[in-house]
Amino acid sequence: MKVLMALSGGVDSSVAAAELLRDGHEVVGITMRLWGGDSDTGCCSVADVDDARRVAQQLGIDHLVFNFTDDFNEHVVAPYVSAHQQGLTPNPCIECNRHLKFHRLSERADLLGFDAVATGHHARIIDRDDVRYVARGEDMAKDQSYVVHMLPQRELARTLFPIGDLTKAEVRVRATAMGLRTADKPDSQDVCFITHDGGRTAFLGSRIAFRPATVVDAVDGTTLGAVESVEMVTLGQRRSIGLPGGGPKRYVVDIDHATSTVKVGDESLLLCDSMVVHAMTWAHQPVDGDVLVQSSAHGETQPAVVTLDGQTALVSWAQPQRRVSPGQSVVLYDATDTYVLGGGIAG
Amino acid sequence: MSAYTYLDHAATTPMRAEAVAAMLPYLSERFANPSGSHRFAREARTAIDDAREVVAAVVGCKPGEVIFTGGGTEADNTSVRGVLARRGGTAVCPAAEHHAVLECVHVTHGVVVATTTTGAVDFDALAAVLAGTPDVSVVSVMAVNNEVGTINDMAAVAKVVRCHAPTAVLHTDAVQAACWLDLRTIWLHVDLLALSAHKFGGPKGVGALVAREGVTFQPALIGGGQERERRSGTHNVGGIVAMAEALRLTDAQRSTELPRIAALRDRLVDRLVAELSGVHETVPRNAKVAGSAHLCIEGIENEALLFLLDEAGVCASAASACAAGAMEPSHVLHAMGVPRDLAQGALRLTLGTTSTAADVDHGVEVIVRAVHQLRRTAMAVS
Repeated sequence: MKVLMALSGGVDSSVAAAELLRDGHEVVGITMRLWGGDSDTGCCSVADVDDARRVAQQLGIDHLVFNFTDDFNEHVVAPYVSAHQQGLTPNPCIECNRHLKFHRLSERADLLGFDAVATGHHARIIDRDDVRYVARGEDMAKDQSYVVHMLPQRELARTLFPIGDLTKAEVRVRATAMGLRTADKPDSQDVCFITHDGGRTAFLGSRIAFRPATVVDAVDGTTLGAVESVEMVTLGQRRSIGLPGGGPKRYVVDIDHATSTVKVGDESLLLCDSMVVHAMTWAHQPVDGDVLVQSSAHGETQPAVVTLDGQTALVSWAQPQRRVSPGQSVVLYDATDTYVLGGGIAG
Repeated sequence: MSAYTYLDHAATTPMRAEAVAAMLPYLSERFANPSGSHRFAREARTAIDDAREVVAAVVGCKPGEVIFTGGGTEADNTSVRGVLARRGGTAVCPAAEHHAVLECVHVTHGVVVATTTTGAVDFDALAAVLAGTPDVSVVSVMAVNNEVGTINDMAAVAKVVRCHAPTAVLHTDAVQAACWLDLRTIWLHVDLLALSAHKFGGPKGVGALVAREGVTFQPALIGGGQERERRSGTHNVGGIVAMAEALRLTDAQRSTELPRIAALRDRLVDRLVAELSGVHETVPRNAKVAGSAHLCIEGIENEALLFLLDEAGVCASAASACAAGAMEPSHVLHAMGVPRDLAQGALRLTLGTTSTAADVDHGVEVIVRAVHQLRRTAMAVS
């Protein structure tokens, strides 16, 4: 096949490209330029693009850079900022996968006559009765099925995850054996457009007007303190909420953006029996009944029962669970915790 | 790449064989540093002095007015920032300038002037800025635009500058002009002029700043003062020799090459306009240089088009690329008021001395096929 390989400049996509070549595919490497501003690897991540290009040269494949900064701003950065403004906790990497890697890029691949798009995600695509699903990668500790959960059948049919069957350790061993310069490169941890130095506060602070909030006791409403920005507070947070040290552990258990009030209290107040999930997308068709639910990138799955109402799902937990921050992605897996049924955004 | 069609002469030109031959001895047996005091050094020094006279003859200046640099960007930077550093004041340039000038004006908080819809400097806007800015010390206007090929009438530019800012130094980035215009007709009107060897069949990494006697600026590089204290650094002897040879040939052949290349360009554009719908010639042919064909093609993204052209062995370009290698939206088309969606389909095809009718015909064939593929697939997807 003729495959467009998304090279990020990291070790996973480097080895993925090599795997494709070994399997006899015709491979062209591309790096998407997504963010035009500051990043931890230089302006527009030039250092990562250098690594991607050098790996492509080592593998003997062509390498190009596509400029998708406008799309990235429109579909990832602007929604990220406005979500925070509305008191949500968005996951920009998932929106980037949804709109950039598995839409903009695959559309471009179509235009250019490629048969498939490949990425270095730790995930697999499996076939169950002629229906394709995103499945967990071999390396459970590095599994990324959660962040690529939104792929519909059309994308699943033209997507390849060449390192889904490898552990991270195996990926590094192969990169080292091939002498790839990315072999020892640390995993990327954070959102690419948030710098280590400035963090979320600096990024959002230059784009939205922070509103101060009052911190109150969730049970009796007594004012306990104040924070500078209600937008920077998340559910379950314990530190930096303007409370003196000592005393019982207190968590943020609710945030009322309309009145700029942060409610704190005992951990038990965070627990809930159910949650609503909006904007559901499904691998094949809507599923209800018993599922396993994952609600953060590397969180554990929990059993629940799903009932549907249009594009909204009600997740009823088998055991009370901590509330999921509104805006987070919630992904439903089959009862064996093997593959993705669908996913959406916590309400 | 084995067989390819090169339609990207504005990016760089293949080196002329004579220029390669001229520089080779200075990369081997004639390796001496021309600033030395022995016979080998004197030999290298002679080569540079000869080269300086050749460049001066082509530009129409005095040999002492030629300063060899490390390229066009250095010459532009030295001009704009060097004059500001020496005299203070404000720098002014049009919005369609090359980044080598535009960035200098930006970082020094200078004034950027509007362009017309063809990409030429807007004389009314220039006059208004010069009249309204009391301390203009340097005005920089490119002779030929690198993206769209538009010619600025430097005699007219000079008239506006001398009238409204009589003490200002007038600099021109003539990097894209050498192949197409008689440099003497430009030098008549300006104080500083920048050239880059690889745009006219010379090697990369060498250029010249021509500085009119009496015009002072602070050197960009200080040290040994090799170029009469106006530029320091050991001379790039081979590069300078090759540049002079390439410039001499370019100048000597210009009058015969111009009509030949203009005819090729016309054939290229006429065929593309005839064989494809929605193709817009960005600048009228009478407003630009002979080798330039700049088109905006409706309904395609040039990043995708260039990929298909490259795959089929046709080298072309769109706008300039950033440090990461990604294509940037063109500031030139923006300045000209070209709508953003049309600018996405911008394609720059530039011809030069090595261009042939076969290049043009192959280019047309590949471009037409690629545009059809992109439009057809886009329709199918939507």
